[in-house]
Amino acid sequence: MPQIHFEGKAYERTAGESVLDSLLRHGLKVPYSCKAGACQTCLMQAREGVVPPKSQTGLKETLAAQKYFLSCVCHPDGDLHICAAGDETKISATVASIEDIGANVLRVKLNAAQPLGHRAGQYLSLLREDGLARSYSIASRPEDGLLELHVRLIPNGVMSTWLKTDVKPGAAVRVQGPSGHCFYVTGKPDQPLLLAGTGTGLAPLYGIAQDALANGHTAPIVLYHGARNPSGLYLIPELKALAAKHANFTYNACVLDDATDGLLGGALDAVLLSREKNLAQTRIFLCGDPALVMGLRKKLFMAGASLKQIFADAFLPSVK
Amino acid sequence: MATLYERLGGAPAVEAAVDIFYRKVLNDDRIKHFFDDIDMDAQIAKQKGFLTMAFGGPNNYTGKDLRAGHARLIKMGLNDSHVDAVIENLGNTLKELGVPDATIGEVAAIANSVRADVLNK
Repeated sequence: MPQIHFEGKAYERTAGESVLDSLLRHGLKVPYSCKAGACQTCLMQAREGVVPPKSQTGLKETLAAQKYFLSCVCHPDGDLHICAAGDETKISATVASIEDIGANVLRVKLNAAQPLGHRAGQYLSLLREDGLARSYSIASRPEDGLLELHVRLIPNGVMSTWLKTDVKPGAAVRVQGPSGHCFYVTGKPDQPLLLAGTGTGLAPLYGIAQDALANGHTAPIVLYHGARNPSGLYLIPELKALAAKHANFTYNACVLDDATDGLLGGALDAVLLSREKNLAQTRIFLCGDPALVMGLRKKLFMAGASLKQIFADAFLPSVK
Repeated sequence: MATLYERLGGAPAVEAAVDIFYRKVLNDDRIKHFFDDIDMDAQIAKQKGFLTMAFGGPNNYTGKDLRAGHARLIKMGLNDSHVDAVIENLGNTLKELGVPDATIGEVAAIANSVRADVLNK
């Protein structure tokens, strides 16, 4: 039976078990969150042994080259000697502010001790001192100075409750990242952009829209934010202001129930597909609820969009 | 004399065809249930492999690979009519791309040549 060597001990791994599941089964407290190879909370490093490439998907080249891997999707053929991801993968930060901005969303701003080297729309892992970790998309650009996150208040949510009730400006945290491929790339200022999402999926989309406009994007940028009802919408003044300032930016708020003046009524995917045509050249960013994001990705492809031009960030919940 | 693959345009031709072909397949009521899978990226990669082979391009499929690869679909009832539907969609894709009928015939012949393996006959 293959073994995992960690902190001086050897642990047997059963066939089919990921490195993470193996360590958890042996009672070790190692960090993890999505268990889907996306959030990178479970990042570890191999000292000896062969790291399967599949367990390095999404990692920066520099990390992959140093044999870092994601333990939740790591199924090595043989033994691995591993260690926790070093402190060099984490950056210290202090909480600059926490604001309730409506729709059960907290706007959290962090002052990082070093630049994260991110693009607006990527995500980071927010780490509490005891190791609790959650992933959040970054709504700000590096030029903005502070890192801006939108945190949904989840009933009984450990991280969001802690941020709301226990954290004051000045509190020390660490961040790991950035990860993700949902970000603006320069070079095609005349390519139409379509941004769509639900809930705090708005955070990366807002970041990407601002990034595109700041870089002089000239083609239409259309943003759809969907919610169950009007109380689920947020950032309305900021988005209206952006639309007023930039002729090529359009903000469409869409609600399932109780659509009032100025709001589109209906399911986000149906509304979007009925209004957006000629998608063959459009770059599309989809962020938020996994079912909606993956469903919309397929529907947009069927409606003529190129899969290569669709960048999707499904917000996977943390797994118990 | 250029090979079929060269005449069709090689890898770029596969790229141009795969999205069109995959859309047709997902829209075709006769066969779309075989593709009821969330992993579109994995599926499109398989379609690329299939098109490359059908265009006479480089591929590593063995008869055994094709049998194993379609075993799950056989259990779902995969039969000749479905293979016919796929080849029909392939032909329509090439027609849309302006490929002459005779060349389409050559591609169909290659696709047909693996029918027995695909259907585990």
